[in-house]
Amino acid sequence: MASLDDLKKRIASVKSTQKITKAMKMVAAAKLRKAQESAEKGRPYSEKMNNVILNLSSGISDKESAPKLLSGTGNDKVYLCVVMTSDRGLCGGFNSNIIKKAKSYFSKILSEGKELKIITVGSKGNDQLKRMYGDKIIENISFKESKNANYFDADKVGKIVIDKFGNNEFDICTIFYNQFKNVITQIPQAQQIIPLNNEDSDENSLEASYEFEPDEDEILSNLLPKNISTQIFKAMLENSASEQGSRMSAMDNATRNAGEMVDKLTIQYNRSRQAAITKELIEIISGAESL
Amino acid sequence: MSEEFKIEIVNPEKLFFIKEDVIEVIVPAFEGDMGILKNHISIISFLKPGIISIYSKSYEEKFFVEDGIIEFKNNNLSILTSSIFNLKDLSKDKIDNLIKVTNEELNKSELGDQEKFLADQKIEALRSIN
Repeated sequence: MASLDDLKKRIASVKSTQKITKAMKMVAAAKLRKAQESAEKGRPYSEKMNNVILNLSSGISDKESAPKLLSGTGNDKVYLCVVMTSDRGLCGGFNSNIIKKAKSYFSKILSEGKELKIITVGSKGNDQLKRMYGDKIIENISFKESKNANYFDADKVGKIVIDKFGNNEFDICTIFYNQFKNVITQIPQAQQIIPLNNEDSDENSLEASYEFEPDEDEILSNLLPKNISTQIFKAMLENSASEQGSRMSAMDNATRNAGEMVDKLTIQYNRSRQAAITKELIEIISGAESL
Repeated sequence: MSEEFKIEIVNPEKLFFIKEDVIEVIVPAFEGDMGILKNHISIISFLKPGIISIYSKSYEEKFFVEDGIIEFKNNNLSILTSSIFNLKDLSKDKIDNLIKVTNEELNKSELGDQEKFLADQKIEALRSIN
């Protein structure tokens, strides 16, 4: 059994850990509010963008001549996956959930004999993926310097993706991120951005016929690259809200666990102290009796 | 009959500007400036760098945009743009700086025709503010 001194030291160390996790929880909670707010504020833009694109793409009569970003290259040999994770750890299953989702997708692609290319955004994802898929990672982008997700960063990622598409480096592009549902639930998402997935376009039947200036093709080819950046930005916003939410609940759990541990250790400490006292008393009493 | 319609300017971070009582909006559409009044036909177009002017009975607002898409439908004008500044917030130094940066970009050789045209437009628009 551990000595009294050891127990005392352990209690002190668990208590100081608890202080840290508590502080981290508070910080995460404050950041979460901000991140959530900006995620909500950012929604109108991506929704409007989507609407316009839906209206436009249904207006295009000749699917053959549609821009490749919309209709795809016609092949599905090379897959590009953009895996978006955080730059910092201690946020529960946040990163692992994305990685798990991504890995199962990767193995599916590879088992079909397709070629895989990976871009990681955020250093944690890169750390976890480079062990298994190190040779597949073609780029690693990290925004450690920027405090909040901003459009400028998203645009950078978007430009890289579009450049690679322009050079025919891949056929299908999917982004992986965590969708923020609430503080305890974040859902890992795989969203295909190239070619654009228009499955739900039938629901939005067109009421208004638009006039286009210049023509649809030209607007589309201008708009689609922007849409890529917008989708990536949306993913970044969702991700940062999820990261903070996940960290908050993880730290909340850690604080609670530390509290339980302190209680347990304190009981143990008190018991062994009492045992020592009792032992001494017995020694004294039995010594006196033998006289 | 009222002559007013609704305008929304959205940038990726937030709803930038929203008003329900504008009378006329002039936007720098790609093929030339376009004035929009109430009951304009539904239209989608995109913007080149320039000035958006918004007029209503009581106020007048001017914004500098670098790019964007406009959609007008049912007397709702939506402008989506990734970079927008209120002219009031643009100091002369800032404008000069923007012109300088754009000029440097323009001098890089690998620009395509369209990019060159857009950069030209940007400089022109910025100069016209001064």
